[in-house]
Amino acid sequence: MKELLELIEKDARRPADELAAMLHRSEYEVQNQMKQLEKDKIILSYNTLINWEKFGENTVTSIIEVNLTPQREVGFDAIAERIYRFDEVRTVYLMSGSFDLLVIIEGKSLQEVANFVATRLSTIEGVTQTRSHFMLKPYKKDGIIIEDKEKDRRLVMTP
Amino acid sequence: MIETKNWQKRISPVVESVPPSGIRRFFDIAAEMDDVVSLGVGEPDFVTPWTIRESCVYGLEQGFTSYTANRGLLELREEICRLQERSFGISYDPKKHVLVTVGVSEALDIAMRAILAPGDEILIPEPCYVSYKACATLAGGVPVPVAAKIENDFRITPDDLEPFITEKTRAMLIGYPNNPTGAILSRKDMEALASFAEKHDLIVISDEIYGDLTYAGEERVCFASLPGMQERTILLNGFSKAYAMTGWRIGYAMSNPAIIDAMTKIHQYTMLCAPITAQIAAVEALRHGEKYMKKMVSEYDKRRRLIYDGLQKIGLKCFEPKGAFYIFPDITSTGLTSEEFAEKLLLKEHVALVPGTAFGECGEGYVRCSYATSVEKISEALARIEHFVNHI
Repeated sequence: MKELLELIEKDARRPADELAAMLHRSEYEVQNQMKQLEKDKIILSYNTLINWEKFGENTVTSIIEVNLTPQREVGFDAIAERIYRFDEVRTVYLMSGSFDLLVIIEGKSLQEVANFVATRLSTIEGVTQTRSHFMLKPYKKDGIIIEDKEKDRRLVMTP
Repeated sequence: MIETKNWQKRISPVVESVPPSGIRRFFDIAAEMDDVVSLGVGEPDFVTPWTIRESCVYGLEQGFTSYTANRGLLELREEICRLQERSFGISYDPKKHVLVTVGVSEALDIAMRAILAPGDEILIPEPCYVSYKACATLAGGVPVPVAAKIENDFRITPDDLEPFITEKTRAMLIGYPNNPTGAILSRKDMEALASFAEKHDLIVISDEIYGDLTYAGEERVCFASLPGMQERTILLNGFSKAYAMTGWRIGYAMSNPAIIDAMTKIHQYTMLCAPITAQIAAVEALRHGEKYMKKMVSEYDKRRRLIYDGLQKIGLKCFEPKGAFYIFPDITSTGLTSEEFAEKLLLKEHVALVPGTAFGECGEGYVRCSYATSVEKISEALARIEHFVNHI
């Protein structure tokens, strides 16, 4: 199972027969396992990592440190939910250290993101402070180097 | 114009007697094509793990640019000895039993020169890496090729070797996991060879450069770890294959002090020492590189299963390789010789692989496919090979 997950984590488009060969199992088995993993929400989705900047789409990404006042019974969870339900919010992590939530927001413009933080995020009850950092240039995302200059330099045949 | 004609006869007859590499011709054709899918490369497609590269850069910045001790940095020799201890439970003394070399290639060359007197014979199981016979000849020895049998999945046995023993046999050279076949030796196979070596008092050169690339849950056995074999064995290994460090040229030899001293003598007069930059990188590989190495091995393993499955579906017979990153399919069903198969496949489908005959006469009827390339390229190559086989 772990090997299967590692393979499709790297490339979700691998055909089942290829996966089956690499895992020494039948195609049927692999397909069933994938269905089960989807059902169990171990596989959450099959995404594509896109270099939107290169495509010419100008999005603005902001990484926001959020401080909270935890609530009785639910701790940070209830406030976190109020935040992660917004479509603009791409990522939310509960953190150790000098702030509580790390929130990543994407928008079409600086204005839009600033507006969201000012009117939506910081006004949520329990949010005591926000610090926004705007992302200037991505170098590596989810293990993928954005502009990888390394290429296969080997000779075409060697003994 | 510089003439070569008159100078050709001035080349030493020993050098003249060594045939040129069997892949040169194919290389020249393939190098002209821009859409070749190559299964012909005998080195990892990974780049050296970053931590290793970074340590070398740091070493340069710190000014490590000098010679090292002839035997190599003591630090590196200590790490190499620790590795043998923890992997196989064998103790070597870093000051007496180890020599750091410029790749296993150099180690192989000087090992032969150290132990072979003119006319001494060395048994060399085939198919095998292309340098083995040439090194023996250049050292003044006589290589005695012994064909491993497909019935035994290309594992060499004492029965295969016995008929070739003469009064002049001094040594044997085993290279498992094997390039080009992907065969490995089990503990039992090795024990049989150990008794054989003892019986005929042979030195055993064991080239274990692909040792870390052992799959399918098979035990990785080091020949020197067998009872009584440590002194008798010249263990050769390096960093090229497991740590994706082919271009760094760094390897090592381990044996008894008499042999290591003799090899060091040749090494100090010819090579002086291995490059310090590569030695620093090798220290880092042994200290922190193992997890990256394991990741690469697990990646090769998946490709191995993919190509094994693919070739069988195409209808090419092959045994399951359990080591290195090669598979050695039988192509006799196509009616072509190894050379014809490799050449026609290259010209028609632009897939490069190496004819089995490059690795010894008994490689006729086989071709070597390397799966040290991406899954996408393996799949593409398999599709092209299938098309080729179906349209002969």
